[in-house]
Amino acid sequence: MTTTAARLGGGTPVIRRMPGVRLVVFSLIGIALYFLLLSQFMSQATAAQQVANALTLGAIYALIALGYTMVYGIIELINFAHGDVFMVGAFMSMVALSGGLDWTTQFGPLGFVLLALLAIGIGLALSRGLGTKRPVYILLGVLLGAATVIALEFGLGGTSAVLEPTRLIGMLGIAFVVSMVTMGTLNVTIERFAYRPLRHAPRLAPLITAIGVSFILQNVVQIWQGTGDRGSPQVYQTRGSSFELMGAQIGYVNLLIIVVSLVLMIGLQLFVSRTRLGRAMRSTAQDQQAAQLMGVDLNQTIAITFLLGGALAGAAGVFQGLYFGFVRFDLGFNAGLKAFTAAVLGGIGNLTGALLGGFLIGFVENFAAAMGQQRWSHAIVFVVLIVVLVFRPAGILGQQIGERA
Amino acid sequence: MTARRLRRPASLGGVRSFAESHRSWSILIGMAIVTALLPVLALVPPFNGFQPLNVWVDGFATAGVFVLLALGLNIVVGLAGLLDLGYAAFFAIGAYSYAYGASAFAGQHAPFLVMLLLAAVIAATFGVLLGAPTLRLRGDYLAIVTLGFGEIVPIVFINADRDLTGGIDGISGVYKPDLPFVGEFDLLNPWPFYILMAGILTVTIILAYRLENSRVGRAWMAIREDELAAAASGLNTVTTKLLAFALGASTAGFAGVFNASKLTFVSPDQFLFTVSFTVLAMIVLGGMGNIWGVAAGAFIIYTIQVVILKQLNAFFQPYADVPVIGFFAQINYVEYQYLLYGLALVLMMLLRPEGLFPSQRRRRELHAAEAADDPDAITPAAGLGASPETGGTER
Repeated sequence: MTTTAARLGGGTPVIRRMPGVRLVVFSLIGIALYFLLLSQFMSQATAAQQVANALTLGAIYALIALGYTMVYGIIELINFAHGDVFMVGAFMSMVALSGGLDWTTQFGPLGFVLLALLAIGIGLALSRGLGTKRPVYILLGVLLGAATVIALEFGLGGTSAVLEPTRLIGMLGIAFVVSMVTMGTLNVTIERFAYRPLRHAPRLAPLITAIGVSFILQNVVQIWQGTGDRGSPQVYQTRGSSFELMGAQIGYVNLLIIVVSLVLMIGLQLFVSRTRLGRAMRSTAQDQQAAQLMGVDLNQTIAITFLLGGALAGAAGVFQGLYFGFVRFDLGFNAGLKAFTAAVLGGIGNLTGALLGGFLIGFVENFAAAMGQQRWSHAIVFVVLIVVLVFRPAGILGQQIGERA
Repeated sequence: MTARRLRRPASLGGVRSFAESHRSWSILIGMAIVTALLPVLALVPPFNGFQPLNVWVDGFATAGVFVLLALGLNIVVGLAGLLDLGYAAFFAIGAYSYAYGASAFAGQHAPFLVMLLLAAVIAATFGVLLGAPTLRLRGDYLAIVTLGFGEIVPIVFINADRDLTGGIDGISGVYKPDLPFVGEFDLLNPWPFYILMAGILTVTIILAYRLENSRVGRAWMAIREDELAAAASGLNTVTTKLLAFALGASTAGFAGVFNASKLTFVSPDQFLFTVSFTVLAMIVLGGMGNIWGVAAGAFIIYTIQVVILKQLNAFFQPYADVPVIGFFAQINYVEYQYLLYGLALVLMMLLRPEGLFPSQRRRRELHAAEAADDPDAITPAAGLGASPETGGTER
């Protein structure tokens, strides 16, 4: 009885290793095709610029989509709160980049909750790294988190006017660390309190709590930072904000986003395919029970998955502020929806699929914008999703699997 | 003394047997009592201090819209188990249908009741159009497709030609209903809307009850529990699921028509995803699958959201200077609406996943699953409370 059920559900989405060379070749072909398509409608220089924009947008979506797909692959949950984690990350990086933190207006009491998360995250990482669980290391982490903020305030603070290159790199680095660590910890916290108790509940239950968490995050940020657009500092504009490639002016920010995303994606890939914890993740995605029998710590593995997903969303949050220049409390819904669409498009549970889907969505949206139909881009994305799902119900790279009993 | 004691159970039994043998009549009578009692309740302290009677009645009529939506979504999610996250789309389609049939913008004035039925049919058609290609998707994929559909519909209304949909401003000058018996429909007089809504709700609840206890209703529940087994038992799962989609959509169509005629305008921002999620929250908190629970959940949540949170602000205002309580006076409770929603959803799922007023069946299922924490023990047989001997022999 149970074995049949296990066999039916046994083909759960598998987090697969990314095939390296083929992937690079195919992506280059895809980019070239998109460039050729665009140059039918505009000059080559503009087309190259649009390709850079599409890649940037796609990288942001892909980073968020990875979080969705990993979580879905491992516990079959649509983590609706993930888009909002990205949004909180964007606010975190905004606060970090603003420098010279104004404790009363900018940071506010709720900022301290996030600061505490940052501190706990660093503390836990520290104690884990040293192989102990002693509270003293968590305390040390709290001090480190506080030191980070003080460094932000005094060392690197300042307006978004001219910045020395070293200072710029330092600020960006701190924004990444703050946002990624905080969001990773936030995501793990969410998993601990909202999803873990419901692991054996009916499937609708964790989905509803995910929507609940999404409401909570949005409302908290809304109270913290208000409902309007908040400008995020444009630190990269300081000197020579663009360079020339094939006659096109391409912003350094595009280059930064694409390069950092690629580094993160490759890092994730190496983690999943080469490390012990990554192997635990893959085996848990295949068959939770069997993985447990082989000695995989289920709770730890799932927590690691949420940690990675949250950290990637945090990085995407930094990009949001850098690239679009603003952050808003309801940003997470749309971004999350598109990223989830990307994950589904590529075949959910599949890392390569999430990347493919993310860049595809980026291209589709960019194409709509390049054709002057920006206002339809949102709708077009969903039409593409519905059409793809009608013909390939499990996504582009997904495999058809039976309904879970 | 003894005679009275003996008579009471007897009379109660009489009510119960009447309710069981005359379902529709007892719903009718029950709704009539509720309709008569709500305004009376609004006149009783402390409720009469919150707002004038007319505002209460107006609020009740609008709450009815959400009750309708919850009843419709309950068919799709609660009975058939199809997660629909874009339910507001059908609400929008119903509202716009009415606006096209009866507004100065369209230059037509079709009778209200005709438009009520027509809009329901149009919404149901869209339900089938969306459902037909997508119903073979797995549960989560279906959820995301419906979510996408819910996003597309308002965008289409915003972006289409302004002469066609009125763009972001929507369509204003939608005609109010004109019906005999209930009086003049007027913005200052909420009573006719209230009575009309009570009528629509009564009919809907009777239909929903009859559906739930019909062959189709049992088929929906069979699909919800186990689609494979239902199909193997000879159910045509595709038509059954499509029927759930269509009926759920048509209920949203009713709600859309009523809302458009009450507000006298429609605009795309009335139908954003928040509506879909709010209605989903309502049925989950109320107790999915149970008609009265869902209706009560929707009504209570709407009232808390619109009336009680505002009252909390007023309630704490006099104590602003008191040391500890003063803290509560500084909070604007209306701002915290979604935070409270979110907390309620999370806590509800953790503590009482069956909702406030669950259906018998659902309560049993959820608690059976809880009791049998061992994954091997969760078999359909155990879920239905089979005796341990029959469960044990299968291995």
